[in-house]
Amino acid sequence: MTDINALPRTWSADHGSDPWGDLDLRLTDTCLRDGSHHKRHQFVPEEVEAIVAALDGAGIPVIEVTHGDGLGGSSFNYGFSATPEQELIKLAAKTATRAKIAFLMLPGVGTKDDIREAQDNGGQICRIATHCTEADTSIQHFGLARELGLETVGFLMMSHTQPPEVLARQARVMVDAGCQCVYVVDSAGALVMEQVADRVSAVVAEIGGQADVGFHGHENLGLGVANTVIAARAGATQIDGSVRRFGAGAGNTPLEAFIGVADKLGWRTGVDFLKVVDAAEDVILPVMPEECTLNRMTLMMGYAGVYSSFLKHAGNAAERYGVSGAEILLEAGRRKLIGGQEDQLIDIALKLRDGN
Amino acid sequence: MASTNPASGGDAAKVTAAIVGPGNIGTDLMYKLLRSELIDPRWMIGVDPSSEGLRLAAEKGLETSHEGVDWLLKQDVLPDLVFEATSAYVHREYAPRYAEAGTRAIDLTPAAVGPAVIPPVNGDVHTGADNVNMITCGGQATIPMVAAVSRVAPVSYAEIVASVSSASAGPGTRANIDEFTRTTAAGVESIGGAQRGKAIIILNPAEPPMIMRDTIFCAVPPDADREAITASVHAMQAAVAEYVPGYRLLVEPQFDDPSHATGQMTKVSIFVEVAGAGDYLPTYAGNLDIMTAAAARVGEGIARTLIGASR
Repeated sequence: MTDINALPRTWSADHGSDPWGDLDLRLTDTCLRDGSHHKRHQFVPEEVEAIVAALDGAGIPVIEVTHGDGLGGSSFNYGFSATPEQELIKLAAKTATRAKIAFLMLPGVGTKDDIREAQDNGGQICRIATHCTEADTSIQHFGLARELGLETVGFLMMSHTQPPEVLARQARVMVDAGCQCVYVVDSAGALVMEQVADRVSAVVAEIGGQADVGFHGHENLGLGVANTVIAARAGATQIDGSVRRFGAGAGNTPLEAFIGVADKLGWRTGVDFLKVVDAAEDVILPVMPEECTLNRMTLMMGYAGVYSSFLKHAGNAAERYGVSGAEILLEAGRRKLIGGQEDQLIDIALKLRDGN
Repeated sequence: MASTNPASGGDAAKVTAAIVGPGNIGTDLMYKLLRSELIDPRWMIGVDPSSEGLRLAAEKGLETSHEGVDWLLKQDVLPDLVFEATSAYVHREYAPRYAEAGTRAIDLTPAAVGPAVIPPVNGDVHTGADNVNMITCGGQATIPMVAAVSRVAPVSYAEIVASVSSASAGPGTRANIDEFTRTTAAGVESIGGAQRGKAIIILNPAEPPMIMRDTIFCAVPPDADREAITASVHAMQAAVAEYVPGYRLLVEPQFDDPSHATGQMTKVSIFVEVAGAGDYLPTYAGNLDIMTAAAARVGEGIARTLIGASR
């Protein structure tokens, strides 16, 4: 294990009795949160129950369940949930026997009250996401989460837009506010290999020893697993992915593939490879509206650096106004839109239609 | 004699005002009040002697102090109006003391001590109140449009998305983003007229900074009169543009029939851009401008009643 971070893990320090206390890497499956985008937020209880049971049975230590845009995301702007997310969190917590249930919140979309409710429903890990230059909007939420005794994770979204030193400074803001693990989040699937290593290394140099570093990848340029391996070598110890890639854009890092790779590299994830492969095929795939694939739209997102969850909204606007979805995404990249600005895709579509 | 405050020494033509909080908002507001024919901004109050806003205020001839509201309230001459541009926490503490001193408060924090005011919707209603609240910048930019729809069709749900440049979002907004969403959503309901309201705010760090953009979504009945809604939205745009010239519609209001994507509701979408007057921060900071322009307008409404009452 010479090529992996040997720093103490926050999860083993804080959870001594945790069955996964001696893992090299802790994995979080996010198909019930990031996959919510691909599912257009239409998860129903039976699907959530089946997926949690399968992932928990395979040994996935953390399962994230929330509307794709975090707590309070059910809206005109992002899409309404078929089932209230708090019900799904409650069901997931009841179903899991070993896995911890994580939930996501974005300051400006969700509120502290949503965090309290998610904890009441059995959520144990509070993941707070900001655009990667706006970490100071999360301070009050980290404060509350720690006060409530929740484990905390911070997400620096759209990490490809900023150089390593900026991410390191923003990670420091989160850690000082009470964050126990900062993720470099490649929301657009736009980071390429060394760019991941540079960013993760800079964040490890800043907060290593005080907090974990994580990596959240997308497949928009087909680099999910490769980028994640590189992130782990650079010191990331918490890893996101979605079984069967079930996530926004071309999907997340396929977690079952990464688990196989980790086995071959001798990195302990605590997950049974054969069981998770079965779960991917027998349980997760039937819930997916279609596979997450590389196509004109999703490649454009990685290429132009566009927030992955814009995919379905750009598709809707393209269809409604008879314009090219790929052009909408390219313009979103030119306008430097960030996560949450789905409303502006309609304006772009109208401008494309009217030729100005 | 304009002033109704016995302790005030204001001249005959105008009521006097103090600005508390010399940050982005307070400083921008100062430039607007300096142009007012009804309000004389006489004091700028802060807590940090090195404040840029205090320096600019002194340059403009205002009396300045970094010793806070305690200093202001110790003066022999007290202002008729105080514009509070600090934080909700500070305003809650001082609101009773302004009231005691007979100074009317226009609150630009989300403290919501007094009734909320959106000039073109309920600007005339609260000119007699001791304390009025300006909600939030996102509220000032979007609630007029919710009201524009709700005055011609029932709105069962309204949702607003405010996108502002990171450079224009000060430490107060950043530290209290929950208060922004909560206060704005409450205003969407109580003044906008929506049965249920939701607010979302996005801080975008793009360079050059983006001009403030706001999207207003309203759920209306399937048989709502779309032409009447469109006309009402245009009329409201013109009403807001009277005091915020950079307030414009980006595109015509859009109507979507009930579908999966609209949560089975008939959806009206309204897209606005708010360019600022560039008084203190550059024109991208329309969020500042709409807040300070609205506060100045509300202050002038109160000033008119004070001047009228004293004649």
